[in-house]
Amino acid sequence: MSEINVTSSAAAGADVSSRFYVREHHPENSTLLGFWLYLMSDCLVFACLFVAYAVLGRAYAGGPTGAELFDLPLVATNTALLLLSSITYGFAMLESQRKRLGSTLLWLGVTGLLGAGFIALELHEFTHLIHEGAGPQRSAFLTSFFALVGTHGLHVSFGIIWLVTLMFQLNRHGLIPENRRRLMCLSMFWHFLDVVWIGVFTFVYLMGVLP
Amino acid sequence: MSEHHTNHDHHGHDDHADHGSLKSYTIGFLLSVILTAIPFWLVMGKVFDKSGTTAAVILGFAAVQIVVHMVYFLHMNSKSEGGWTMLALIFTVMLVVIMLAGSMWVMYHLNHNMMPGMTHDSTHQMHEMP
Repeated sequence: MSEINVTSSAAAGADVSSRFYVREHHPENSTLLGFWLYLMSDCLVFACLFVAYAVLGRAYAGGPTGAELFDLPLVATNTALLLLSSITYGFAMLESQRKRLGSTLLWLGVTGLLGAGFIALELHEFTHLIHEGAGPQRSAFLTSFFALVGTHGLHVSFGIIWLVTLMFQLNRHGLIPENRRRLMCLSMFWHFLDVVWIGVFTFVYLMGVLP
Repeated sequence: MSEHHTNHDHHGHDDHADHGSLKSYTIGFLLSVILTAIPFWLVMGKVFDKSGTTAAVILGFAAVQIVVHMVYFLHMNSKSEGGWTMLALIFTVMLVVIMLAGSMWVMYHLNHNMMPGMTHDSTHQMHEMP
């Protein structure tokens, strides 16, 4: 479509710069659609890890079981942190729509802190497990557990890095269209991670402690 | 040309003006708090005697909560991006369901059919190993 536009405008004798503008006449939504497709492929990555856990989740190899290892109050706290960070990101989006830079940054900061709290608790849980001798090499159950929960934690960590970067960008350039598009993408990413966490806490933790 | 450019940008944002309101975010948050609290209560309070019942119920809650997140936080609907996001989502969900259900079904039957022989063999080997 855009190719046709380019040739027709070039034939009409427009100056060189117009080509670039015409090229950019893709609807801006296409970034969001592309990002959505990335999220869906990420979803398949998580699905593979979920499948591995579903198959191996009861292969304890004589080692500790989920019921012995999982600390549900800690998981509940983690879940609360991630859920709260979802709504605070929502508030940041609302503030960015009202073109209020200061409160957008404030809510983004709160989101980042909640995310960092989530990662801190998860690292605490992991080190605790490894110190107890329940590291990823102990059994197939623990391998698949660390792979799944660790991948989610890595995603959240990268989300925080992205969030901090975006806060610097916003601080420097303000709520320009590019930054608003980035905000939109990170919003999708962040909420998507929350969706994955629903699967994790239900399928891994809550079902793991069931007898 | 630059005027055209700004117009285009403006238009782009109007398309996304419906990305949530305070009300929709609050409703979504309250729903997901409830849908999170109930499964935790069911498991930690040991409400049901049979763990199979608990598992089925909390999986149901998780499915509902995922839909709530999709609608209220990710603003999914059948019209955004001309329906392409929904199509991609349906395709992904289909793949995920086939992968999950298929693997669990196959591996369950594999374990079921192989287990007695396997355990016997492995214990036998373990005795011989040292």
